[in-house]
Amino acid sequence: MTTLRTSRSGRAGQYVALLCYLVFLAFPFLWLISTAFKPPRELGSLHPTWIPNDPTLANFRQAFDEQPLLQAAGNSLIAALSAALIAVVIATPMAYAMARNRNRLSAAATGWVVVSQAFPFVLVIIPLFLILKNLHLINTLFGLIMVYVVWSLPFALWMLVGYVRAVPRELEEAASVDGAGKLRTLVSVTAPLLAPGIVATALFAFITAWNEFFFALVLLKTPEKQTLPVVLTHFLGAEGVADLGPLAAAAFLATMPSLVIFAIIQKRITGGMLTGAVKS
Amino acid sequence: MKQPDHGAWFLVLPALIPILVLSVGPLLYGISLAFTDSQAGRTEPTQWIGTLNFQDLLHDTLFWDSFRIGLLWAIGVTVPQFLLALGLALLLNQNLRFRWLARALAIIPWAMPEVVVGIMWRLVYNPDAGILNETIRDFGLGDGRDWLTGLATALPAVIVVGIWAGMPQTTVALLAGLQNTPHELHEAAALDGAGAWRRFRTVTWPALKPVALAITALNLIWNVNSFALVYVLTTGGPGGRTRLPMLFAYEEAFRYGQFGYAAAMGCIMVAVISVMLALYLVGRLKEGAEQ
Repeated sequence: MTTLRTSRSGRAGQYVALLCYLVFLAFPFLWLISTAFKPPRELGSLHPTWIPNDPTLANFRQAFDEQPLLQAAGNSLIAALSAALIAVVIATPMAYAMARNRNRLSAAATGWVVVSQAFPFVLVIIPLFLILKNLHLINTLFGLIMVYVVWSLPFALWMLVGYVRAVPRELEEAASVDGAGKLRTLVSVTAPLLAPGIVATALFAFITAWNEFFFALVLLKTPEKQTLPVVLTHFLGAEGVADLGPLAAAAFLATMPSLVIFAIIQKRITGGMLTGAVKS
Repeated sequence: MKQPDHGAWFLVLPALIPILVLSVGPLLYGISLAFTDSQAGRTEPTQWIGTLNFQDLLHDTLFWDSFRIGLLWAIGVTVPQFLLALGLALLLNQNLRFRWLARALAIIPWAMPEVVVGIMWRLVYNPDAGILNETIRDFGLGDGRDWLTGLATALPAVIVVGIWAGMPQTTVALLAGLQNTPHELHEAAALDGAGAWRRFRTVTWPALKPVALAITALNLIWNVNSFALVYVLTTGGPGGRTRLPMLFAYEEAFRYGQFGYAAAMGCIMVAVISVMLALYLVGRLKEGAEQ
């Protein structure tokens, strides 16, 4: 009897708490969407409303007029796609070696993966800037892609090592007993089982590069070369004076690719961490 | 009968070479730059000046300000975020409806570009057209204020954004930790008449501790290294009140061209982070020894 009563009031408290969390997590994003669809008149109003009285797409059109958004999105796409592909192609064999061979090399690689998460970027970006400058690769997407590849390697390796470990060794051993060579086993047995993990890793590397700001800010100088996050900051103008509507519209658009991809791979990234607890 | 595995080198080299050339190499180069007078646009050769940059940093009040602000920021974000995320993780571990909604929403801060997070919160904090001040006015709590440009409110305002942005990762990590707590122990403790708090202290927390330590250490390190969020929110203003170490170093290097000086600052950050990592590792080892 007592347990029932406490659990009932406890439940109510839990739902109130959950509601507070939902509001906290959602409201900035809802506000962004609301602002993106407001006409200038409503944006200037001293009593802003949650739902635009007179929703409009004008902000989106104006955003494209004000800044080279399409070109920036193209640059971001090229940089993120190339970086993701290259990272996965070179990381997969290394991850395989790290997962299957326990030697000093793989121990060192694992150590580097952990430590590199703690690098202050500034200590790496200054020398990189000087090196790329000497190679005349400043203000080129090629230079940025090289940086992104290396920058996304630690996490890519970390994810891929996990996926390789999940492939039972016995499967590979069975194949070699059947007379398949090492390479043959890798290609025909291991690779297909790894494929979903490789795709998830590539998508994650893509989002990381798509969202990246600091390296792009330092390495890309002219608007024609800049990626989407850097071009977005141009909307802010001097002293933070900004055209709120187009700013919100552009920011909203820039988020969509990552949100969609993340929604798709989210379960894989969290490695089933959430699924157990929060499956609906 | 084990023969040397030449295949491993063939597998490792494609990634190892870029790592050495573009990551390990620059790191070492960066450390060596800290001991030089390297500057942007200098024509005469760069000179080795020993620890002069470090001595200058020690007397640079702007550096100490950013150091102090960085510490306030890192702790100010990490600690409340941990407590909030722990609460959310405990809730999501219950059998509640609408848990799926929290999970769906948690994707948003996680997947968003930091630049967009910054822009979004500027819209929220906007003194006239922002929802925060409007809510304050609606509840009759005053006229609201200009949060991001007020000397007293700027740092707390960006800290709130930092907490929001990192909530998902922390929550997911803690939730994963909660999944590892043996359910039977909970039931046994409940049968013994242990209240919620005692069950948390004696059953949940011991199992959660390793994950909690790890995510806290990582969060501290990430927050010490933050740049984009605050760059977009305040660019370090007003009057340097939110100038985090990374913003300070960025300005020194790429606005004033002081590469050597900024590299020295980067070295100090490496030292601070190494101490944090070491403390964490010692904590882990101790715990391992106790068990």
